[in-house]
Amino acid sequence: MFDNLTSRLSGVIKTLRGEARLTENNIQEALREVRMALLEADVALPVVKEFIARVKEKAVGKEVIGSLSPGQALVGVVHQEIIALMGGEKADINLSTVPPAVILMAGLQGAGKTTSSGKLAKWLMENKKKKVLLVSCDIYRPAAIHQLGLLASQIGADFFPVQTGQQPKEIASAALSFAKTHFHDVMIVDTAGRLAIDEAMMKEIGELETLLKPIETLFVVDAMQGQDAVNTAKAFAEALPLTGVILTKLDGDSRGGAALSVLHVTGKPIKFAGVAEKLTGLEPFHPDRMASRILGMGDVLGLIEEAQRGVDQREAEKLAKKMKSGKSFDLSDFKMQFQQMKNMGGMSAMMEKLPTQLSQAAQNVKIDDKVIGRTEAIINAMTPQERAKPEILKASRKRRIAAGAGVTVQEVNRLLAQFEQAQKMMKMMSKGGMTKMLRSMKGMLPGMR
Amino acid sequence: MPGFFKSKNSSGNNSVSVESGPESANWTARMRAGLSRTRDNLGKRISGLLGGGKIDETLYEELETILLTADTGVDATNWLLDELRRKVKRNNLTDAAQLKDALQEALITLLEPLAQPLHTDTHKPFVIMLAGVNGAGKTTTIGKLANHFQRQGNTVLLAAGDTFRAAAREQLMAWGERNRVAVVAQESTGQQKADPAAVIFDAVNAAKARGTDIVLADTAGRLATQLHLMEEIKKVKRVIAKAEPGAPHETLLVLDANTGQNAINQVTAFDDALGLTGLIITKLDGTAKGGVIAAIARQRQQKSPLPIRFIGVGEGMDDLRPFVASEFVEALFD
Repeated sequence: MFDNLTSRLSGVIKTLRGEARLTENNIQEALREVRMALLEADVALPVVKEFIARVKEKAVGKEVIGSLSPGQALVGVVHQEIIALMGGEKADINLSTVPPAVILMAGLQGAGKTTSSGKLAKWLMENKKKKVLLVSCDIYRPAAIHQLGLLASQIGADFFPVQTGQQPKEIASAALSFAKTHFHDVMIVDTAGRLAIDEAMMKEIGELETLLKPIETLFVVDAMQGQDAVNTAKAFAEALPLTGVILTKLDGDSRGGAALSVLHVTGKPIKFAGVAEKLTGLEPFHPDRMASRILGMGDVLGLIEEAQRGVDQREAEKLAKKMKSGKSFDLSDFKMQFQQMKNMGGMSAMMEKLPTQLSQAAQNVKIDDKVIGRTEAIINAMTPQERAKPEILKASRKRRIAAGAGVTVQEVNRLLAQFEQAQKMMKMMSKGGMTKMLRSMKGMLPGMR
Repeated sequence: MPGFFKSKNSSGNNSVSVESGPESANWTARMRAGLSRTRDNLGKRISGLLGGGKIDETLYEELETILLTADTGVDATNWLLDELRRKVKRNNLTDAAQLKDALQEALITLLEPLAQPLHTDTHKPFVIMLAGVNGAGKTTTIGKLANHFQRQGNTVLLAAGDTFRAAAREQLMAWGERNRVAVVAQESTGQQKADPAAVIFDAVNAAKARGTDIVLADTAGRLATQLHLMEEIKKVKRVIAKAEPGAPHETLLVLDANTGQNAINQVTAFDDALGLTGLIITKLDGTAKGGVIAAIARQRQQKSPLPIRFIGVGEGMDDLRPFVASEFVEALFD
């Protein structure tokens, strides 16, 4: 729905053609587009401004090397800078202290603290072989304590029972001595969601921090959060000595610009990302992947790869030739594409990587990830001849294929219809001399390499 | 400096969330209190900007910046600025201060179609289904809604349709207890989760039997990208219609005001799946500026507007209020 950075940039990049070096003047418009794209991705404005300034500084005066267009050179700079801003390296959780290592969770309401506490406990138990105690100091939200208790029993972690009427500080200190006497390696303390402007509540969590002396104080932030992430993060970082961030709900379709804002303000690494609502849905955070996501790229990545390697002209032309005939794109190619897609993280990830025009065309080809396996099975059930010439498929062949793949004939028909559409798409692309587009597609539709 | 943007509590202090207390304070004042952060951030900056002087490109650029920082989004921001430019041209505005009124007008134009209060007297029981992403505030909102409808003299029944999240049922039951409202729930035993559609089906039938006015159906939070869960919630809606033809009479998306531009994706995805009839914006009492409301309004401008039925402006039981465009904008600019 949103114009991503690429489609924004592609127009501007054209105007940049034929200039030998990047100057303040010729990149101004492009930088404005970068700015807009980052804002659309919910990166906070102050962060965007600083970022743009840095890109400008790096880009201006840069010579445009070889066959690159100046636009491509600029995109390269943007990508490098965004990775630099993300910190580049993966940060591990710190547990090196006299046990129990206390982890304090903090954040806004609904950021996902309680669920993340449960997930983190499970992760630590499985990956670090730790004995974990879960403690809830959320006496405000109804059933919050009960919720953590349920999560604890689901993952088999210990849970500190809270008496009604206990105050957060009482709970914390009682839990701490409980953890000591029961030899827990790690104690995860969940807290109530709070607004950064709620002084009383911020004071409370500050006191909890003083009391517990946590080795990790993790700021839990929703990947969908907007511009305000920067203010929230600032307030929490001022009130608490944060040591890291957990970015939640990353399995949604938000661009997650909040990650950049939070990183920028707190200077603390994002240690984990919540990627599914199941209790196994917590992963160590990969800054490089996030950089691509914020840029809404994939296709930009392609551009950059192209920029870095330069394009092998002959390869591109060979590809163009094959595509021009349209017909030569057969079911084997189709299957190969599916397999590549699977390796690349499924259809949804793949769609993101397509250039804008293409992905719009591809929307007609309704494919979801689960279908991929079945599609493969159907194509596998065909003979090489059938794969090369799908038009020979008549009723009896279809019946045989359906039986072989364990699907219905309707599904075989559906696949063939899809294939036809894909073929049409390929034809469409090969028309109009879109060699430029093909070049940028190289590496994106790997089936046609 | 002209008094347009003069703020009554001129210091941007933090007493906001605390002062939401006295019952006597009228609604506008309360909303102002709740939104005062927004005002501090957005209004004051605009007022600082539009205090006087020439109207030039730098000014527009600054305005753009301010709107974008409020999560208004690129599209809505551009639209508002275009409107402003048109007004400036048409009315020969020359003073930057006049821009404030023009901007306020444009915002009201944009938001007015969204201000349609919810009428629950058309059906009995009137079934309201709430959906939204995880952590938007659905369950808490139901607690507040129950209170709201009760104070209007309605009888209310809650349906604990979030059978997925641990203790969501208990959370809703706690709200039921606070409001002395019956809650229909099913215990999930071990790995066997209760079926949300069945729970709500039972609740609607119970409401019919008891002659209850309003049924509030909670659902589990889900991200729009989780296709199987979007299918599940479609089913929930279909099953509700089996218990009571025409129900749910209101299908609301609960949206966290802190959400950035993804809010638009959320609205689109849930609308496609469920056919939304309205929105509830929660957590407007934080530092979030709620500009996303404008982004949504702009996005739906060409289609039928999606009314904002309620906005949440505080932690208190009665801090959930109907949305009034002019009040919202005024509170924003006061």
